[in-house]
Amino acid sequence: MSVRPSEFPPPWSSSDAIGMPTDPVDERIDVDFLIVGAGPAGLAAAIRLGQLVEADPATAERLGEVPVAVLEKGKAPGAHLLSGAVVNPRGLQRLFKGRKRIDEMPFYGEVHGESVLFLTKSRAVRIPTPPTMVNHRNYVASVSQLGRWLAEEAEELGVTILPETSAERLLVDGGRVVGVRTGDRGRGRGGEELGNFEPGSDIAARVTILAEGTQGHLTGAALERFGLRGENPQVWALGVKEVWKVAKPLDRVIHTMGWPLRPAKRYREFGGSFVYPMGDDMVTVGMVVGLDYRDTELSVHDLLQELKTHPRIKRILDGGERVQWGAKTIPEGGFVALPSRFHAPGLLLCGDGVGLVNVPALKGIHYAVESGRLAAEAAWRTLARGASTREALASYDASLRESFIWRELREVRNMRQAFGRGFYVGGALAGAMTASKGRFPPGDAPTERDADQSLISTDRAASYPAADGKLVFDKLSSVFASGNRTRDDQPNHIRIQERVPRELAELWAHMCPAQVYEVGEADGDGTVTVKLAPSNCVQCGAITAKGGRLTPPEGGSGPEYTVT
Amino acid sequence: MKIAVCVKAVPDAAAGRRLDPTTKRLDRSGELAISDFDTYAVEEGLKLKEASGEGEVVVVSMGPEKAMDALRKALAMGADRAVLITDAALENADVLETAVALAGALSNEGADLVLFGQQSADGGGACLWAAVAEKLRYPIVSQVSELTVGDGSLTGKRQTEFGYDTIRAPLPAIVAVSDSINTPRYPSLKGIMGAKKKAQETLSASGATGPGTTVVALNPPPPRGEAQKIEDDGTAADRIVEFLAEKRLV
Amino acid sequence: MAKTLVFLEHHEGAVQNGSLGVLAKASQIGGEFAGAIVGSDVRGIGDGIGATVWVADDARLAAPLPQPRVDVLAKVVRDEGYDTVLFAQSVLAADIAAGLAARLGAGLNWGLVDFDGETGRAPALQDTVVVDVGWSTPVRIGIFRAGALDAEALSGAADVRDAAVELEDFSTVAEMVEQAHAEQQGPSIEDAEIIVAGGRGLGEPEKFALAEELARALGGAVAATRAVVDAGWYPYSAQVGQTGKTVSPKLYVALGISGAIQHKVGMQGSNVIIAINKDPNAPIFEYSDLGVVGDLHEIVPKLTELVRSRKS
Repeated sequence: MSVRPSEFPPPWSSSDAIGMPTDPVDERIDVDFLIVGAGPAGLAAAIRLGQLVEADPATAERLGEVPVAVLEKGKAPGAHLLSGAVVNPRGLQRLFKGRKRIDEMPFYGEVHGESVLFLTKSRAVRIPTPPTMVNHRNYVASVSQLGRWLAEEAEELGVTILPETSAERLLVDGGRVVGVRTGDRGRGRGGEELGNFEPGSDIAARVTILAEGTQGHLTGAALERFGLRGENPQVWALGVKEVWKVAKPLDRVIHTMGWPLRPAKRYREFGGSFVYPMGDDMVTVGMVVGLDYRDTELSVHDLLQELKTHPRIKRILDGGERVQWGAKTIPEGGFVALPSRFHAPGLLLCGDGVGLVNVPALKGIHYAVESGRLAAEAAWRTLARGASTREALASYDASLRESFIWRELREVRNMRQAFGRGFYVGGALAGAMTASKGRFPPGDAPTERDADQSLISTDRAASYPAADGKLVFDKLSSVFASGNRTRDDQPNHIRIQERVPRELAELWAHMCPAQVYEVGEADGDGTVTVKLAPSNCVQCGAITAKGGRLTPPEGGSGPEYTVT
Repeated sequence: MKIAVCVKAVPDAAAGRRLDPTTKRLDRSGELAISDFDTYAVEEGLKLKEASGEGEVVVVSMGPEKAMDALRKALAMGADRAVLITDAALENADVLETAVALAGALSNEGADLVLFGQQSADGGGACLWAAVAEKLRYPIVSQVSELTVGDGSLTGKRQTEFGYDTIRAPLPAIVAVSDSINTPRYPSLKGIMGAKKKAQETLSASGATGPGTTVVALNPPPPRGEAQKIEDDGTAADRIVEFLAEKRLV
Repeated sequence: MAKTLVFLEHHEGAVQNGSLGVLAKASQIGGEFAGAIVGSDVRGIGDGIGATVWVADDARLAAPLPQPRVDVLAKVVRDEGYDTVLFAQSVLAADIAAGLAARLGAGLNWGLVDFDGETGRAPALQDTVVVDVGWSTPVRIGIFRAGALDAEALSGAADVRDAAVELEDFSTVAEMVEQAHAEQQGPSIEDAEIIVAGGRGLGEPEKFALAEELARALGGAVAATRAVVDAGWYPYSAQVGQTGKTVSPKLYVALGISGAIQHKVGMQGSNVIIAINKDPNAPIFEYSDLGVVGDLHEIVPKLTELVRSRKS
C-alpha cells in the first residue's frame, strides 16, 4: 500500500486559530483597519487607506487614534518576502497613480532580453518563449526590498506597522470578525512563561484585511470557518532561490524547463528554474517545483544545487559568491482553486493567501497589489454615511471579478493542471490553451490536493551533488544564508503526526529546504519517529501542502531576507 | 532618579556586516538595529526606574540620522525619550571622538546614572564607557552582573577573569552591564505604537576633532596556522597531548 | 624611535602572562620600552623581569580598579615622554586603556594580534578580515587580544623605578567592597580559557560524561551544539553558536561536532581548535588547527588520562 500524506493529518484544527476576544475592553488595542501581513498586498491596502485618509479628511475625522495598522510576523517588513521576481508594474502604477513614477520604484531595471531554455544534463536548447511568459515591459525586483520600500511609503501616510508580531487567532464574535489576537512572546520550549514573557494582545478592528501571503495561517482558518473554499482545493509549488554577487553582468532573464526534473508522468514533476539579473553585479537563481510531486527523495533545495552545476548556469555564477538564500511556497491552483468568496463579515482576503497567482506567467505581485488596493477601497466604503458594512465588503468581490486579475486568471485556468499529465502532454495542452485564450479545451480542469498524491521512492537523492561550500551548499549553510537566527528555546510551531510511515518521514526530510525534519528511529510497528528542529524553519509553508500544518512561531522568528 | 542609557545602532546582523573597501570602516549604509547587548542596559534602566517608582530613562546615542529608527526599539521597551547625536563630521568617529560627543550630551542631561551594554555587537573595544567616565569625571564600574542603586550610591557585582568583585560608587556614576544581568523584555504592542510619539531629539556635535586612529589596510584572514589532520592509528591521544604541550595548553 | 610603556597586570602577586607577552613584543619593535606595575605591596613582583619597570606602590591602589591606574600611567607617560602604551586585554586593562586615551587625547586600537611600532594588526568581523590599524595622535594606545602573545617573558633583573602616585578626586570614589571570589562551579563557558564541546557524534546524552571529564582534566568548561541541546542532551545555557553563546577561548576541543556554520560563528574566534570526528569530510576540519579522524569514544578517555597524568 502506498502512503498518501493526507492519511496522516496534523493534530490541528482551524478552530485552534479562531476565538473570541479575551482581553478586557480597556486593555484592548483599537484600530480602524487592521491588515495582517506587510507584503505587497497588505502594504498596498495600507497605502491606499492612507491615501484615502489624506484625501478625505472629513471622513477621516471619524477614525480613531490608529486608523490603519499592519501586523508583520517577520523581524521587519520584507524579512519574510521572497519571490523571483520579474514584476508586472501595472498594480503599482495604479496604486501610485499621479504620485510615483516607475523610475522612483525600487526596481533593478526593465527586462530587455529573455531566453527560455530546455535543459538536458549537459546541454541547453533555446526554445521560443511561450506567450504567457513574455516579459517585455516588466521589471526585475527583489520583493523583499520592494516590501521595505512600500512599508516606508505606508508609514509616511501615517500607517502603523507592527513588526515581530504574529497574528495567531482570528477574533470572531457573533459570526463577525472583530480583529486579531497576536501571539505571545517569551515562552519556553515547553510553553512555560519565561522571565520576559509578553502576552499577546487583542487588536479590535472595524475591518480586518488578511494579506498573509502563501499558506496564510488565519486565511486558512477563515476559509474553513466562513465556508469560503472554492470547488477545487488549492495546490502549491515550492520555490527555493539564491541571490549571488557575480563577476559579470547577465543581460537577460532566463527561464529553464526540463533537467533536473524528470519528464515522465508518474513522477509528476512540474516546474522549472529562473535566473534574473539584479543590476550589473547580482543575479538571482531559483528552482520551483509543484508540490504534487510524489518522490520521497525529491528535494527542491538540492535540485537547485544540481541546477547550478549545469554548464549554462555555472557559467553565470563563475567567480561569484552566494549572498542570500531562501524558500517559499507559491499557490498554483489558479482560477479553479479560488475561494467562492473573498469576504466575510468584518473580513477581506487578498493576495497570495487566496491564490491570486498567474502560474503560466509566473506572476502574482501585481495581483497582490491590485487586490490590496481594491480591498482598501471596499473597507473605506464601510465609512460612508448610511453605508451597509456588509454591502461595502461585498463590493470587494464585485470589484475583483471586474478586474484584470479575474480576466487573466480565467484565461489560463487549466494550464497548470495539464502538467499533471507529464511535461510533453502538458506543454502541448498549454499551447492550445494559450492560442484559444483559454477556450480550448473547454470546461474547468479540477485540481487534486498535493497531500493526496501517493508516494513513491526512487534513489533520486544519490545523484544530488555534494556540497563544496562555494557553488553547492548543504541545507544548514543555506538556512544560515537566509539570516535565520530564531531563538531555539521556544515552543515548536510545526504540527505533524510525529509517528508516521518511513516514506512520509523521508518525504518531509527531503522536501524541507531548511532541514527541520529528520527521520528518527523505527518504532517497531512500521512507523518511525520524526525529529524536529523547528528553529531552522524559514516558514516556506511546504509542510502544510504535504500533510502537516505550519503555525506562526514567536513574532520576529524565521528568515531575515533583505534581497530575495 | 534620572537614568541615561547609551546605546549604539549597529548594522543589522542579517544583512551581513562588511567593511567598506573605500572608507575601510564598517559599512553602515544598510538597516540599523539597536545592539542586542544594549537592550540589557535599557532593561536595567527600566527596572531601576520601575523599582524607584519615579524618574526618567533617556536613551542617548551617536550615529547617522536613521539611527533614530533603531532607538525607537528602546522607546518601545519603555524608555521615555531619545537623544541622537548626529553629525557628518562624526561619520568615522573612533572611541575618542565618540566619548567626547557622548560626554557632551550626557553632561547636558545631568543623569544620576549612565548605563552601557557590555560591548557593541559590531566589533567594538568594550571600553567606551571608561573614556566617557574620564571626560565626565564620574566613577565607572564595568562588566556588572548585579546592580543595586539607592541612597546616592550604587553597588555592582563585576565579573572579571578571576571571579566576582563587588564595588560601591557614589552617584553620578557610569555602569556597563553584562548580558547576564537580566533578560530584556519584549516591547509590548502598546509600547511599539506609543514609541513614535515619544520625544526624539537630534543634536549636532560641536567641535569634532577627528579620529585618533586610522585604518591603513584591509587584508584577508591568514589561513589557520599549519592545520594538521591525522587519522587515528591508536596514537591519536598522544598526538593531541603533544600538540597541546607545543601550544603550552597543558 | 618608539618609547613604549606596557601595563603589567598582576593578580595574587604574579604578573599576568598576557602582559609579559606584550612586554616581550615591545622589546622587539625597537626603541625604549618599560613595564608598569600598579598596586599595593607590589614591590618585588616584577623583579625577575628583564626590563625597566615602573612601580607605583600605594595602599590606595590595592583594589584592581581602573581609574586610579589611569592617573598613575598618565603621569608616567607625560613625565617620561612615552609615546606608545600597550595593554593585554582584560576587563581591567580595557577600562584603563580607554580612560587613559581620553585623558591623553590618544588614539586607541584594540584586538591587536601584532604591532610593528607603527601599524597594528587586528582581525575583525569574527576574524573574516584582518585590519591594519594606525594612529594619528602623538600618543598611541593599543590593546592586544587576550592570548595573542603568550611569548616567553624577558628574564633578567628588573631596573625598578618608582612612579609617583597622584590621584584625581573622582578616581578614588569607587571602592572595592569584596574582591574577586570565584564562583564555585568552575568557569562559565563565556569566561573559560578552555572549552570542550560535544555534538551529536557523542552518540547519546550519557556520553557527555566524556566531555565533562576531559574538561575537568584540562580545567575548562563544557559546551554543546544546538543539535544536542535541541535533543535535550545538554542545557541551553551551554549552547555555543549563532543562536547560543559566542566564545573565544584559548583552546576549543570539538568532540563529534560536524561544524555547521551555525556552530562555527560561535567559536571561530578560538585561538586553537582541535576536532575529533569520525567523518573525514566534516566541515569542522576546515577550520581546525588539529583535526583527528577517529572514534572519539576510544580517543577521549585516553586523552583525559594522559592530560591528568601530565598535570599531576
